Amino acid sequence: MLTKRIIACMDVRDGQVVKGVQFQQLRHAGDPAALARRYNVEGIDEVVVLDVTATLESRRALARTIGAVAKEIFLPLTVGGGIRSEDDAAAAVEAGADKVSLNTAALSNPSLITTLSRRFGSQAVIVAIDAKRRDARFGVYVRSGTADAARDAVEWAREAEARGAGEILLTSMDRDGTRAGFDCELTAAVSDAVNIPVIASGGAGVLEHFLDVFTRGCADAALAASIFHYADTGVGDLKRYLSAKGIPVRL
Amino acid sequence: MIALIDYGAGNLTSVKKALTALGADFTVPTAPHECAVAAGLIVPGVGHFAATKALDAPWRDAVGRAVGAGTPLLGICLGMQWLYEGSEEEPELPGLGALDGRCQLLRGDRTRRLKIPHVGWNALDMPRPSRLLAGLASGSHVYFTHSFAAPVTSDCVAATTHAERFAAAVERENVFGVQFHPEKSGEAGLHILRNFLDFCRSC
Repeated sequence: MLTKRIIACMDVRDGQVVKGVQFQQLRHAGDPAALARRYNVEGIDEVVVLDVTATLESRRALARTIGAVAKEIFLPLTVGGGIRSEDDAAAAVEAGADKVSLNTAALSNPSLITTLSRRFGSQAVIVAIDAKRRDARFGVYVRSGTADAARDAVEWAREAEARGAGEILLTSMDRDGTRAGFDCELTAAVSDAVNIPVIASGGAGVLEHFLDVFTRGCADAALAASIFHYADTGVGDLKRYLSAKGIPVRL
Repeated sequence: MIALIDYGAGNLTSVKKALTALGADFTVPTAPHECAVAAGLIVPGVGHFAATKALDAPWRDAVGRAVGAGTPLLGICLGMQWLYEGSEEEPELPGLGALDGRCQLLRGDRTRRLKIPHVGWNALDMPRPSRLLAGLASGSHVYFTHSFAAPVTSDCVAATTHAERFAAAVERENVFGVQFHPEKSGEAGLHILRNFLDFCRSC
């Protein structure tokens, strides 16, 4: 049976892991390669590296970071943050990424999803959606959550799938870094709408939150950052907990 | 020396990295005749079956001859699918034909949320012992990402279920194939690659 995946996300700035609350107040959380090594030992299923500044200088640092992380782990590695062109994606793949995650660029240039899925296969193209509750719906935000894209998250996920995305990485901006739990309604709404895997992100705080997002949220994978970085929750403990609750996981 | 066949389907970086970590000597041949001197061949790849078009007649002949001469061959993911007669994904394009059968689209099961593509860690059910998977327990998890798969035949040494059962690993004399990505499957994956390299050395 296909297991539910536990994914560790590292927001990287200038070669260091940082983590903020609701996309603000970044603080340092360590060396990416060292963290990746620890996660691998603990049994993480996948690692995501997001370049949270994505300036030209940090782009060069990112290639080094990807290389250093890829040397440590023999697990799927996704790279995102500031990937705007086919060349950016090719550079990430060349450095060792298995998948690239598109966010702002996918919205401003949706044909990029198709271009990349034709070149690298749809399994290599993740469309990241930063969503925020707006009345009874979920709006999409871009530019690290600073700009309203005036799109509906569910409808945009459908379009991304149709254009060739292989997975959706869905972040609740309302919950990001709060440890208040995943937004299960948001996750279920998107998961119901598409036939590709949905990775839930934003709000992981305690073990029960993961159980919730895999049951009520219908997520295929759950991503967290700070609770793993600061070792509040061990990946192994989390997986044993989920397994005991009947969720299929890789132990 | 292992020959890693590059036909432009996906990146070779992760396979190279895994081979390096295992201390294997490998080369990426630029001409088909180089296959003849290799101790083993690996055909990696992800993506669409149409990409195997780059493995044209000279490459097919060279790989076919090497395999006929007893050189071990490992196909990974799309590389495994290419070992068969063909695939529903690109029906007109023939595969190597080293294994019987054709690859077909997995159907999934929407009502049970078994989505396609099949992405993630799934278990290997091993109906019989094999050289490729020796030392791995039945039920071990490996990482998949694909939409098409080969049927379970007598060559199958590990099957995986995602709404339906398909061939996850195959073995026939010196021809091996894995539908999953050993280079992305942690320790279990490295173990499988090590088994293949050991077999290449023993030939």
